[in-house]
Amino acid sequence: MEEVAPKVTIFIDGQPFEVKPGKNLLEACLSLGEDLPYFCWHPAMGSVGACRQCAVKVFKDENDTVGRLIMSCMEPVRDGLRLSIQNPQAKDFRSNIIGWLMTNHPHDCAVCDEGGSCHLQDMTVMTGHNYRKYTFEKRTYRNQYLGPFLNHEMNRCIQCYRCVRYYKDYAGGKDLDVFAAHNHLYFGRHEDGMLESEFSGNLAEVCPTGVFTDKTLKEHYTRKWDLTTAPSVCQHCSLGCNTIAGERYGTLRNITTRFNGEVNGYFLCDRGRFGYEFVNSASRVRKPLVRSKLPESTSKSIALEEAAKMIRNGRVIGIGSPRASMESNFALKTLVGDEHFYQGVSEPDHDLVEFNLEVLQQTEAHILSLKEVERCDAVFILGEDLTNTAPMLDLAVRQSVRQQPMLEDVPKAGFPMWQDAAVRELIQDKKGPLFIASFQPTKLDEIATETFNATPAEIARLGFIVASIIAGEEITVHDVSEQTQRLAKQIADTLLSAQKPAVISGTHGGRESIIKAAANIGNALKAKGKDVGIMLTAPECNSIGLDMLGGHRLESAFDAIGNGYADTVIILENDLYRRASAAQVNKFFDKCKHVIVLDSLHNKTTERADVLFAAGTYAESDGTLVNNEGRAQRFYQVYPTTEDMQESWRWLIQLGDQVQHQHMRGWEHFDDLLPAMVVAHPNLIGIESITPPAEFRIAGQKIPRATHRFSGRTAMNAVNNVSEPKPAEDPDSALSFTMEGYRGQAPSSIIPFYWSPGWNSVQAINKYQLEVGGPLRGGDPGARLIKPTLQSRSTHFNEAPEHFQPLDRHLFLVPLYHTFGTEELSVHTKGILEKSPEPYVMLNSHDAQEMNLAEGDTLAFKIEEQVYQLPVKTGSFIARGAAGLPIGLPGLPFAALPAWGILNREISWKKQPQPIS
Amino acid sequence: MFSLLRTMWLTFLHAFHKRDTVLYPEEKNYLPPRWRGRIVLTRDPDGGERCVACNLCAAACPVDCIALQATEDPTGRRYPEFFQINFSRCIFCGFCEEACPTYAIQLIPDFEMGEYNRQNLVYEKDDLLINGEGKYHGYNYYKVAGMAIGGKDKGEAENETPPVDIKSLLP
Repeated sequence: MEEVAPKVTIFIDGQPFEVKPGKNLLEACLSLGEDLPYFCWHPAMGSVGACRQCAVKVFKDENDTVGRLIMSCMEPVRDGLRLSIQNPQAKDFRSNIIGWLMTNHPHDCAVCDEGGSCHLQDMTVMTGHNYRKYTFEKRTYRNQYLGPFLNHEMNRCIQCYRCVRYYKDYAGGKDLDVFAAHNHLYFGRHEDGMLESEFSGNLAEVCPTGVFTDKTLKEHYTRKWDLTTAPSVCQHCSLGCNTIAGERYGTLRNITTRFNGEVNGYFLCDRGRFGYEFVNSASRVRKPLVRSKLPESTSKSIALEEAAKMIRNGRVIGIGSPRASMESNFALKTLVGDEHFYQGVSEPDHDLVEFNLEVLQQTEAHILSLKEVERCDAVFILGEDLTNTAPMLDLAVRQSVRQQPMLEDVPKAGFPMWQDAAVRELIQDKKGPLFIASFQPTKLDEIATETFNATPAEIARLGFIVASIIAGEEITVHDVSEQTQRLAKQIADTLLSAQKPAVISGTHGGRESIIKAAANIGNALKAKGKDVGIMLTAPECNSIGLDMLGGHRLESAFDAIGNGYADTVIILENDLYRRASAAQVNKFFDKCKHVIVLDSLHNKTTERADVLFAAGTYAESDGTLVNNEGRAQRFYQVYPTTEDMQESWRWLIQLGDQVQHQHMRGWEHFDDLLPAMVVAHPNLIGIESITPPAEFRIAGQKIPRATHRFSGRTAMNAVNNVSEPKPAEDPDSALSFTMEGYRGQAPSSIIPFYWSPGWNSVQAINKYQLEVGGPLRGGDPGARLIKPTLQSRSTHFNEAPEHFQPLDRHLFLVPLYHTFGTEELSVHTKGILEKSPEPYVMLNSHDAQEMNLAEGDTLAFKIEEQVYQLPVKTGSFIARGAAGLPIGLPGLPFAALPAWGILNREISWKKQPQPIS
Repeated sequence: MFSLLRTMWLTFLHAFHKRDTVLYPEEKNYLPPRWRGRIVLTRDPDGGERCVACNLCAAACPVDCIALQATEDPTGRRYPEFFQINFSRCIFCGFCEEACPTYAIQLIPDFEMGEYNRQNLVYEKDDLLINGEGKYHGYNYYKVAGMAIGGKDKGEAENETPPVDIKSLLP
């Protein structure tokens, strides 16, 4: 708990200000809105005092006129402190410092991707260092290839050390470091190669200049001032990180971090940052299609008429999607009727998400936000490989292991927490407790206290034992090995001795029993009076939201069509071949009389469509997503689209209009949907007020998506028609598509970009926060829909599973996830596809030896009716009798994992034909 | 009365003055080199495109009549993929020329751009790019900037030392 200390008074240039104690002077000055240049300090990483840029004059008392120069980032706030930012000596000092930092700067702003959003440019202008005095030779470097995401241009470096502090200290990366000495310092890898960290993309924002820049942006480079941007929410995992999506000339250009103090803070993972290219993909559905008609002769109205005919004449069911917005799912549910709405998720996901939600609603533990995980001082992860299933949670856990040593040692040493170098020097390699129970080793293992690699059943058993020990009950789990018992005791004791323990689990463990165990641990700790938090991951960006809307399981949809209860299906943004086995889905489609599909990308499901509507992606839509903790967050359309491509909910509303649906009467815009949704689903109350309504105006004006320096608008369309068309209007939100509108700060939930006079770079975030590093002015956006209720009762689960028993001629296949590859949409980015692994099956090396299989040999097995023939990878940690099968990789058929696979002896024992040389 | 006669006399004298009007278009007036007329994109002394697609001209343009897209050749040299100027909007203020860090965009003393059809006033890169240096001779941006491009490696720009050997232990 942070203590609320009384504010203290400091004097800046003679003016008194009330500030919070415990901060440093730089933070205090920036929080007060002062412009003070800095480089090495970063709000998420604290101070090291390396760049000497934030110098101010501090005076002893009011009579002191001489004062002394100090680095404001290293000086704590004291009551009655007098400082001067404007003191000529201090100004001169800062200007000289930047002069020296710039001596080797390569004079290439014009061709630098950072230009226009460059902290170094901003600070140079701020200090008034206008002309170069240094006339001697400049030092140069060779650059490195750092993989498909980042571009390296070492000449621009000003040696602030932020990159290594972020990459190594904050994100736990190993392969970026500082090399050489004196004025030859080199920030890079030991040799050319891909950066290994899943969080490398943040270097582009952490670097104050253009050493690390976004390589995907370079492919279609656009200056920040030319982008049309809108607040968005990442669609590539369940955490719902806030992003800013930027567009130019009709294509999406980049994704940058949108600060949300509760969720992602200052950072994003690489899947979220670079996974946007599917929006520009050649396989986009760009206009509606009717199978019986030529594409040229199909217009929007014809497609709507055809679909309406099918709906009127058929018995219709609707299949929703966890990657479509709440609004789209709700519109479909209303169109087809509650009893005909099916959640388009795989069998295991459906059950697990439903169970997740149940636990979140009933748990006595506090539901953690991503930010709160960072503040926990003991973490127990059950069944999740966080790096691959919810990457930003991995980053949060990496911060949490520093909590305990920091809380223990730093106050004793008597210096503040923001003294980053001193804190790291003090705690060295000490790590707080982190326990990981997973199928096989994870990337987080390196910072874990203990790890436990086993099958889902064994993980759940461990969890149940831990819960029993914490609760002080008799252990009901039978037949426990001494080793497991010892581990469980250690985990239980550690969690009990922590101040803020956290339990992390989720759907990726593939078993309800794992979530049950996690819930039990949470409840048991709460019963012991602990301030315990729980976090459960979900499979996709709107999985929880879809479940809150309700709907039957996909299996029932197959039955409904199969048994002839229905004959027409509307599929919303969903590739069913990723949800059920190909045989099942094929049978389903063969039975359907009419298939209506709404999607943004061509896939196997759209191939079966009789009518295909071109749905907008998140960049072309407005919508709301509910993340894994039940937080509803709105994303906004970035740029206007052609008539033929629009939001799924808009297509569905128009379909409703065609068939004169009584419940959809009068629906037209985004804001018409929200009240209806809340009426139909009282559990979603709060979702209607997370953003200002479309009529919201400040001083009678909308909020502009484009910056005031947006260029080329009388020329960009002139080639087609020199008479400029009327700018597109946005009836769904308080944002305008042009640069016209209110110039000041927008409400926190609709900030389209960060900019403040003199602050063009992403560091302008400071100006949008209540205090530097704190929440945005007006509160962090989004609202929790799952609120702890007084009725929430402690549920205790008893059914611990039995031991895992290997089966002869069978393999128990557990799902393996990959940051790059598992997620459906992000693999359309070239770099992500490059980083995603080829399909494989992971065996225990002993099993492989028994089966006479070496690494790379082909193993054939069958899950239900689906035959797999995959190259073998071996590992010594995956349990014997079990095997790992990566999920969702491109080209790998669907399997409902975990499941038993039947080994196909004929093929597995056969040696691969040897080439005759 | 006198003033009236004086005026008539002075007006009469004009009949013998040298004529100010010229018989355009047969005869052309002198336009100084810095006269701000048609906009061109120039080349550096080596014949390469000077424009590096930095977008500063577009940002400086008060009527937003310049639109371009940056791209790179395989050696890392940046150039505009397209470059459009809508001359029906251009006010010939010359801000683009002032903003240009590479002397690429220049206003030249030519104003004969009249068109019957406004659409023809939209100039593409092909229409803008000339085979010469324009008003500013000898400047080659890539000779100064620290970017490596084809034919110019790191450390070969003006005032640059060869790339450091980061493995060297020498002071």
